[in-house]
Formats: sequence, structure tokens, C-alpha cells
Amino acid sequence: MSTGVAGYLEVGRMDELARLDSPVHRLDARAQALTTMAFVLVVMSYPRYEVSALMPLCVYPIALMAAANLPVGVLLKKLAMAAPFALFVGLFNPVLDHQVVTTVGSVSITGGWLSFASILVRFALTVSAALILISCTGIHRLCAGLERLGMPRVFAVQLLFLYRYFFVIGDEGLRMKRSVEIRSAGRKALGMRVYGQVIGHLLLRSMDRAQRIYRAMVARGFDGEIRMVRPAKPGWREVGFVAGWTVYFLAARMWNGAALLGNHWVRSGL
Amino acid sequence: MSHHVVEVRDLAFAYPDGTEALKGVSFRITHGECVAVIGGNGAGKSTLLQHLNGYLMPVCGTVRVGDFSLTRETAAAVRRSVGMVFQDADDQLFMPTVFEDVAFGPLNFGLSAGDVEERAMSALERVGMAHLRARPPYKLSAGEKRAVAIATVLAVLPDVLVMDEPSSNLDPRGRRRLIELLRTFEHTRIIATHDLEMVVEICPRVIVLDGGQVVADGSTAAILGDEALMLKHGLEKPHSLRHQHPH
Repeated sequence: MSTGVAGYLEVGRMDELARLDSPVHRLDARAQALTTMAFVLVVMSYPRYEVSALMPLCVYPIALMAAANLPVGVLLKKLAMAAPFALFVGLFNPVLDHQVVTTVGSVSITGGWLSFASILVRFALTVSAALILISCTGIHRLCAGLERLGMPRVFAVQLLFLYRYFFVIGDEGLRMKRSVEIRSAGRKALGMRVYGQVIGHLLLRSMDRAQRIYRAMVARGFDGEIRMVRPAKPGWREVGFVAGWTVYFLAARMWNGAALLGNHWVRSGL
Repeated sequence: MSHHVVEVRDLAFAYPDGTEALKGVSFRITHGECVAVIGGNGAGKSTLLQHLNGYLMPVCGTVRVGDFSLTRETAAAVRRSVGMVFQDADDQLFMPTVFEDVAFGPLNFGLSAGDVEERAMSALERVGMAHLRARPPYKLSAGEKRAVAIATVLAVLPDVLVMDEPSSNLDPRGRRRLIELLRTFEHTRIIATHDLEMVVEICPRVIVLDGGQVVADGSTAAILGDEALMLKHGLEKPHSLRHQHPH
């Protein structure tokens, strides 16, 4: 199991990061989840052509990574793995939107490119915030925290199982791929029929395995409630963390810090 | 000590596709016994085991564990007294660390944080794996995984231990450790296995299943030594009972 999809995606690495000890890791998962939500909401609330105004928000992931001692390389790698999704989302913007919104020197920049850049920046910000959240809490503590925040239990458990079974299915898939390759005599393309059957079979196998894991959980008294050895007690530190960052996000949203700094320089420079 | 008794009466079970897995199985296992359930593939061992902790409910016949007759209402209590060790340890270990995995059961049964920690650590010490407490389970060797899987079950303080193929996938040293560990337990133990040499070493009693029925139930030496009986049911007389020279 260790060398399957879990190994490929370095999921163990995320779990390992979640076990680090730092001021951020010691925070209640709820405080971190709330702050991350506030962050994502603020990032999403910007108009679509906004790029520079998002820059002050970079402080949040960078500060957290530093405070939590997270290795930047690992998170960047994960970010790169998810990047194709954002690229596809924004891919057609430059093609469809030719309206010139601004010029830098003699180069005119169209709305399409600007909104494409904006999508990428937002993607980098929100996904890195989510990665940091998981690296600082771990999926189990996070789900327990979300549940205590009022998320319906069935969703919290779904999230936990999604995380757990994703790797289960991935591992089954890798094993099946290997056995297909071994018996396909070097042919690369095997046709839709074979793959259709393989995927159908994969579904059945994963369901069996999921069933067995669930049985193991039920056998040890799992009843749908996620319990923690040491339930965290939120204190002033948590309140300060959430309030401090939220105020910062809102301030960054209301006053464009980059523009305030830059306007003067651009005017005098050009 | 009636709560360590496992009694199965006329248990029958058919899967939805019509396969009759159990056709009237009966036996009684008393306090502290160590009993092996053996039989070829498809003999009904796994189906029987799934009935012992209420994963499958007896539709026809009864399962009694201690003071409880197994029904939907009593399933939670039965699960608490029957610890189930699964065949594939990867199915059993699903938490991020060994310690959290072992603590999972006690937490669900509503113990306080201090008690949970104490229970989990003493279960890990019992199987000699306390030093692995902070490790993620998927990074352990097969032998360590098995030992931790047993600890996850011991932490709930079960009266009865049910194990499905505990020695499978273990190297000789891992298997030896497991046998020594199982020998030290005082629980009522029910072990489904193909490892007949292990049965000779630790189980004084054997139940042979074939075609969903109990075809033999008695002392290990008598049953495993009966070559004709063993061959008839897809089994084999263990090497250690074949020759009378000292090993």
C-alpha cells in the first residue's frame, strides 16, 4: 500500500507535516478552518481583472508556512500537480476576451490575459491555503473540527472517507494497471472495451475494499461520530488568530496596498 | 464466566446470489478455549466469522456471545466483547498514526482521554509495538502491521478474540512472534486459518468446516492426525504430526 498512489502523491508527507509541532499546529483546527474560509472568500470576492490587489494576500500563506515550519518545496510540488485544472479553467480567457484594459509602456494588455493571470494567482492562493490547512491539522483533526463548527456530521464523515478511499481506489487502480500491462504484450492501446471493463471491475473491487474497511471501523465501535484523543479547547490564541487575519484580509480587500505603493512609482517612472 | 462463551446454533446463511455459505453450523466454545476453524477455500470460514461480531446477522439459527443473543439491538455490545482481527491488516489500520489507530476503539466506546491513552499504550506494549506509536501504519512491515492490528483490538478489552488468517503474509520470524503472542493470551480465541502447523502449536481444539457444515469438531491431535478425514475435506495432515521424531 505504501508504494501505491499514496506514495506517488506523497500523502504520507502531508500526514507527516500534520504531526509537526509549531505554534500554528497547536491551534485548534476550527480556528484554522475558519481563517482559511475567510481567506478563500476574500480572494474570490475580487473583480475578475484584479491581479495586483491580490498581492498583499500572499502574506498569509507565506507567514503561515514560515510559522509552521512547512517545507516550501513539498507544497509547491502539490500546487504544481493541481495547476493543470486552473490552467484549463482560464485557458480560453485570452482567446475570447480581446478588450484592452491597460497598457504597460507600448504593450497593451487585454482583459483576457489579465483575468487569466488573476485566475492563476487566485488558484495559487486558495490551493496553498488549503494545503497549509491540511498540513497543519491533518485530515482527521480537520474533519472533527469542521463537525464541531456545525458542518453536518454526514458531510464531515464523507470528507474523511473521501480522503481515505481515494488512495484505496488509486492503489487498486495501480495494481490493475500493472496486471493489464503485464498481459498486454507490449501493446499500448488496448481499446475502449478493455478499459471499460477494467474500470467497471475497479469500481467493484474498491467497493469491496471500502466495505472491509468500514467493517473494521464498525467492529471497533464506529458510529458516525469522529472522536479525538484530546479534543482541543479553543482559547484567546484562537480568537486572536481568526480575528487578526480576518481584519487583515478585509483591510487588504478594501485598500489596494499594491496600488497605493505602486501608483506613485508607476506615475513617476513612466 | 458466561460472558466468554460463544455458542452458535443451527446457523445457516445464503448470499443474495443464492450461494449457500453456511448450512446449519453448531458449536459451543467456552471460556479461555483456543479453537481453530479450518477448511478449504469456500468452506464457509469467513462467513462464519462475519457472524461472530455482528457484521452479518443470523437470519436462520442463533449466535450467542456471553449473555447476548446476537441481534441488531445487541450488536454494539457483542462487538465490544468480540475483538475481530481481519485478514488484511491494511483494512484494519486506517488512522494516520499507530497510536491513533489503537485509540480508535476505546474512544468510540466512550472512555475518557486519560483512559484511552493508557489503554492504547498498554495494548501496544502487550504486542511489543509501543516504540512505533507515532509511525504511520502503512509504513510498517507486515509483521508489525499484524501486531498493531491485534493491539487495536486488545485496546477494547474484548473477552473473545476472533482472527482471520493471522499468520498469512508473515515471514517465519514474524509468524513465530505471532504464535508466541497468541500463546500468552487468556481470551477465548477463535482462529480461522490454513496454517495447520500453527494450529498444532496453539489450538487444542479444531472445528473443520466443509461445504458450510461442521464435519469434525474435537481435539487437534485426533482430527489433524486423521489423514483420511483431512484429505477428504481438502486439507492435509501437518508435517509435524506425520513423523514421530522430535523437532
